[in-house]
Amino acid sequence: MKDVRDALYVARNTDGKLVRRPMSPHLQIWRWTPAMAVSIMHRVTGVGLALGTLLMTWWLVAAATSDRAFANVQWFLGSVIGMFMLFCWTLSLMLHFFSGLRHIAWDAGWGFENRAYRGTSWFVIGAGIVSTLVIWIVGLIVW
Amino acid sequence: MSDTRNGPRVDMLRSPLGRVRGLGSAHRGAVTWWGHMLTSIALVPLSLWFVASMIRLAGASREDVALWLTHPLPLALMLLLLVATFHHMKHGLETVVEDYVHQPIGKFTLLLVIKGVSILLGLLCIISVLRLGL
Repeated sequence: MKDVRDALYVARNTDGKLVRRPMSPHLQIWRWTPAMAVSIMHRVTGVGLALGTLLMTWWLVAAATSDRAFANVQWFLGSVIGMFMLFCWTLSLMLHFFSGLRHIAWDAGWGFENRAYRGTSWFVIGAGIVSTLVIWIVGLIVW
Repeated sequence: MSDTRNGPRVDMLRSPLGRVRGLGSAHRGAVTWWGHMLTSIALVPLSLWFVASMIRLAGASREDVALWLTHPLPLALMLLLLVATFHHMKHGLETVVEDYVHQPIGKFTLLLVIKGVSILLGLLCIISVLRLGL
């Protein structure tokens, strides 16, 4: 036991004896629950949104550069692939948004009870999908 | 106090307090968490405003975008959004790498790349927005 990581596995049991803590089984052992799905999804959508900032950067830089550059980015975003990417980006944003709201609530100490945890997990999934559809319906009507 | 003969041997001279202080997988304690928390709160209204603005600008010409940013409020909100977004993105990606990449050189390299790319993308966006709006 020579480093911090190992030392963190050492604890005393109820008899006061030093024991090595049991390790938690890995991801594939657990049954999938909405709570687990939303937790993983939060990270996946976060990375997805980071990739999406490339599109935003391209759009803004093109707008600041020239008419031709802006026409190119607008053409791409209006193409099937571009629209698909924008849709995935919106879905990621809204799922990450509602999951993020829950993270803020957790940091304030609210929502750790089993019931609330499960309920808010379903809420995050539902609200994320519904708000994405609303945004796209409104967006397509305006466009 | 206890029987340590059959337990695991600890030959580290380090108190539990010393272990806890300033740790976490980033080894920097709660400061980074607080920055992530503040930017996430800021991004709640800002990202909703951004989505609404993008819907209004769907299919817009370059002049429309420039005109939109010449108003002080959208320009200010856009700058706020960009700073909060790239700060939040940088920390989020760093957390993912710190949690899942354990090979030291790869981890160090990825963290540097994330830092550099976040700052570069953020600067590109901010300069573009200022160029359009000012």
